[in-house]
Amino acid sequence: MLRAEGLRHTFGSVRALDGISFTLSAGQTLVLFGPNGSGKTTLLRVLAGLIRPLEGYAAVTGGRRAVGWIGHQSHLYGHLTVRENLRFWAALYDVPAAQREARAGELLHRLGVADRADVPVRVLSRGLTQRVTIARALMHDPSVLLLDEPFTGLDLAAAAQFRALLAELTGAGRIVVLATHNVDEGVELATDVAFQARGRFVHFAPRGTRGAGDIADAYRLAVVGA
Amino acid sequence: MTLAQRGRWVTLVGLILLAGVYVRALAFTPTEATQGLAQKIYYIHVPAAVWAEMSMIFIGLASVFFLFLKDPRLDRFAEASAQVGVIFALVVLTTGPIWGKPIWGTWWTWDARLTLTLLLFFIYLGYLVLRGAITDPGLRARYAAVIGICGLVLVPFIHFSVLMFRTLHPQPIVLKPSAPSLPGVMLVTLLFSFGVFTILYIGFVMQTYAIAVANETQVDG
Amino acid sequence: MIARKDLVLEFRTRTAFLSAAVFTALVLTVFNFGRDPTAVPTLDLAPSILWVTFTFAAMLAFNRAFQLELENDALDALLVSPISRSSLYLAKFVANCVFVGVVECVGLPLFVLFFDVPVWGVLAPLAGVIALATVGFVAVGTLFSAMVIRTRFAELMLPVLLLPFLIPPLVGAVQVTAALLAGRPLSEVTGWLRLLAAYDIVFLALAAVLFPTTVNE
Repeated sequence: MLRAEGLRHTFGSVRALDGISFTLSAGQTLVLFGPNGSGKTTLLRVLAGLIRPLEGYAAVTGGRRAVGWIGHQSHLYGHLTVRENLRFWAALYDVPAAQREARAGELLHRLGVADRADVPVRVLSRGLTQRVTIARALMHDPSVLLLDEPFTGLDLAAAAQFRALLAELTGAGRIVVLATHNVDEGVELATDVAFQARGRFVHFAPRGTRGAGDIADAYRLAVVGA
Repeated sequence: MTLAQRGRWVTLVGLILLAGVYVRALAFTPTEATQGLAQKIYYIHVPAAVWAEMSMIFIGLASVFFLFLKDPRLDRFAEASAQVGVIFALVVLTTGPIWGKPIWGTWWTWDARLTLTLLLFFIYLGYLVLRGAITDPGLRARYAAVIGICGLVLVPFIHFSVLMFRTLHPQPIVLKPSAPSLPGVMLVTLLFSFGVFTILYIGFVMQTYAIAVANETQVDG
Repeated sequence: MIARKDLVLEFRTRTAFLSAAVFTALVLTVFNFGRDPTAVPTLDLAPSILWVTFTFAAMLAFNRAFQLELENDALDALLVSPISRSSLYLAKFVANCVFVGVVECVGLPLFVLFFDVPVWGVLAPLAGVIALATVGFVAVGTLFSAMVIRTRFAELMLPVLLLPFLIPPLVGAVQVTAALLAGRPLSEVTGWLRLLAAYDIVFLALAAVLFPTTVNE
């Protein structure tokens, strides 16, 4: 379960979050659309516990152990290999030693980078690094995924692989909050869609059966009108 | 009256009284036997040193409260105290050699007061430079508070190190930078000067604080 | 869990360590050529030279430690993880201690070699003092470098900020080292030893408490 209640936060004189509240339960995927500067990243950072909001609170059942996070950078150590990175992050989350290798291998395979497992991260291309970043976030099998523009740098094949992975995870009851400014990226995955502009939700509703085109129209209307 | 105006009045009073200190020190206080005229600097030197240290203590206390209460006024006060403290420290570091040269023959000595003030001076500089290097006000206030608290905690350590250093390297008898036991008249002048410096501290801090507030509203508006 | 983080850091600091070791060697060499052996007895100046060298080498270490976290913003992911902020600080602290410790292990023999100081009889207490002072340096240095790393001119800012805070333990370390090298009994310098120990305890605790403030938003 993920709850946000009356979140408000300002950076200096900029109001990044202006009263956001919502609740998500198992199996829900919230896809957050919004232009740059609408506060999507701030919202995710508050949900992840990186920022303590000036007002309101956010809570994730299971605490920090249950959260998987992808931010704007790779969060990987360049001088270590892919495998070493994954091992480190798994250890940090207390994944039992016996499982670490298996899990790493499985994730790398699913994301198509198994052959680069023993390569230092800094030599990988942007797209490959992003795949490893995704693997990193999933190593400890989090029940809540907070993803900030996770499709950045992924080619079509990798994006499809990732979407499949996400679908599987939400099918098994995980909660996903995915922020993006690209409508196509997460639309099929969404159970709920929110448009964020200037720190608040101008739209928050279940996706229903609408496709990417409909959502994009609704988005334009909502955001331009706001 | 706004804070800045009040601050200006207080400072003015302080400066006038400072002139009074000079008059009293030069005309009405007897000249010390062994040290001569140069000893009169002592009446400026010592209160300035005390307030240089007090400023640091205030910064430390304000920083502690700031981290708990998150009130930006405490941060502004700490900044103002640092700006005033660095000036007082500079006064000590310049009057020290001026006093020292005619009496001891050297410009500098590692006596307790000068060493402490020198280190305080560097801490103030570091504090102000750090503040200058950070643009985000929230981050700046937090980092400054951390340094402020560390500075406060360091002060007793500096005192102890200097104390031990001096017992290890006893100064020759003719070098006596600390206060000679004072006859009544001199004591009065000294206390008067303390009072004046207190007023000056308050006045300067008020003005600097007011400037900080003015800067902030300018930036936002 | 702290040890794990540690291990990682050791791996990565492979390259940085080499430059720190070379730096230490170079500084000692420079000092050696800069002095006139007849003018001032070596034993007087030697402890100061040793400790100044260690201090500057330590600064290199501090800058690296957090820079590594900022490279790809691993710091964010660390903060999201269940690791407590204080554990993070301690992990960095230990890693820095090890780094500086290794540099000191390189520097000390070189120092003995260049300055021909009688170290053999007092090796154990000397090592003890070095360890004691290093703990203090690293405690404060780790805290400050966490802050400084996000400012401009980080490499310049750290010494400016840090050096005043290192002077009390530095003076203590030099005094005790001088006493040891001159063959004086440790009982003469118990005051300094107590100062070093107090500094270590106080500032390590203070830094661990203040560290979360520097990384939280």
